[in-house]
Amino acid sequence: MNSRTVEIWVGVFVALGIAALFMLAMQVSNLGTLSRNDGYIITAGFENVGGLKVRAPVTVSGVRVGRVEAIDYDHHSFEAVVSLRIDAKHDSFPQDTSASIYTSGLLGEQYVALEPGGSLENLKDGDRVQLTQSALVMEQVIGQFLYSMAADNSAADNSEQ
Amino acid sequence: MLDALQGLGRTTLDFFERLGRGHLFLLQTLSKLPGMLLRPRLVLVQLYSVGVLTLVITVVSGMFVGMVLGLQGYNTLVDFGAEEALGVVVALSLVRELGPVVAALLFAGRAGSALTAEIGLMKATEQLSGMEMMAVDPVQRVIAPRFLAAFLSMPLLAAIFSAVGIYGGYLLGVGVLGVDDGAFWGQMQSAVDLRDDIYNGVIKSIVFGFVAGWIALFEGYDATPTAEGVSRATTRTVVHTALAVLGLDFVLTALMFGE
Repeated sequence: MNSRTVEIWVGVFVALGIAALFMLAMQVSNLGTLSRNDGYIITAGFENVGGLKVRAPVTVSGVRVGRVEAIDYDHHSFEAVVSLRIDAKHDSFPQDTSASIYTSGLLGEQYVALEPGGSLENLKDGDRVQLTQSALVMEQVIGQFLYSMAADNSAADNSEQ
Repeated sequence: MLDALQGLGRTTLDFFERLGRGHLFLLQTLSKLPGMLLRPRLVLVQLYSVGVLTLVITVVSGMFVGMVLGLQGYNTLVDFGAEEALGVVVALSLVRELGPVVAALLFAGRAGSALTAEIGLMKATEQLSGMEMMAVDPVQRVIAPRFLAAFLSMPLLAAIFSAVGIYGGYLLGVGVLGVDDGAFWGQMQSAVDLRDDIYNGVIKSIVFGFVAGWIALFEGYDATPTAEGVSRATTRTVVHTALAVLGLDFVLTALMFGE
C-alpha cells in the first residue's frame, strides 16, 4: 500500500482516538460542569450528617449553587463540620442563612439545602453558618414515633380508668 | 511413580523457564524502545496494521454493545421508574469495564493473533535468523515497533469503543425508547467522575495494551518454528491474552474501586 495512504489512515486513527478521549472527558464526565477552584467556601456544623457525601449538591430553593467540599469531625464542638464550596456567582447569602440536610426522594442521595435569612451582611469566604438542622436518622424518627404512640396509649388507658 | 514425579518436575521447570524467557524478552524489548524514536516510520506502518485495521471491528462492536446496554438497562430501570438514569448505567459500565475489557479482547482476536502468526512465520522461514546474520537485531527491527504500536493503539481503541458505545446507548435510549435527552446527558455528567472513572478506564486500557502486545509478540517469538507450532502459538495468544485481561481487570478493579 502507498505510504501516503498508510500515513493518512494512521492520522485518522489517532485523531479519532483523541477525539473519543476528549468526548469522554468533556461530554460524559463532570469536567464540563465542575469548576474545581473558583467560588468560595463556607462551613456549617451539624450534629449528625447522616449519609451525606463529599461532592453532594448544595441547593437553594432546589437550585444547585455549589457542592460539598469536605466533611470532618470537630473534636472541640463535638459535631461534624461540613465545608460547602459555593459558586462565585452566588455571592449574596445573608449571614443568618440556615443549612439543613435533606434527602432527595425516598431513597435518594442526601444534599445540603440553604435557606437565606434576613440579615444585611452577606456570608464571606470562610464564614460559618450558625443555624443548622441535622439529617433525619430513620431509627430516631421511628423511635420517637413509637415513643409518642406508647405515650398516647398509656394516656388513653389512664383516662378510661 | 518416578515417571509421574519426573513429569510433574518437567512441567514445573518448563513453566518457569517459559516465564523467565518471557520476562527477559520483555526487558529486551523495552530496552530497544528508545531507539524507536529514531525510526518512527517503522512504528507508523505497524500502527496501521495493528490499530487502523482493528478500528472497524471496534466501532461496530462498540455500537452494538452500547445499544444492548441501553435496551437491557432500560428494561430493568423502567420497573423502578428510573429510566432517566439510563445514561449513567451505559456510561459507567462502558467507561469503567466494558470499554477497556471488550476492546482488549477484540484487540487480541484481531491484532494479537495476526502479530503472533506474522512473527512465528518469520521465525519458521528463518527471516529472523537471516536478520541476525546481517547484524540486524530482530528485536530492534521487528519486535519493538510492533510492541510500541500495540501499546499506543490500545488506549485509543478503548476510548473509541466507549465513546461509540455511549453514543449507541444514546441513539437507542433517546431515539427509540424515548428517554429524556437532557436527563440522559445530565445524569451521566453528574455521576461520571473524570478522575475516578475516565482516568481509571484509560489506565486499564494502557495496562491491557501492554499485556496484549507482550503476550502476542512473545508467543510469536517463542513459537516452535513449524506450521503446527505457529498455529498453536496463535491459539495460545488469544487464550492467554483473554485470561490475562480478565484476571488483571479484576485486580485493577479491586485496586481502583474497592475501598
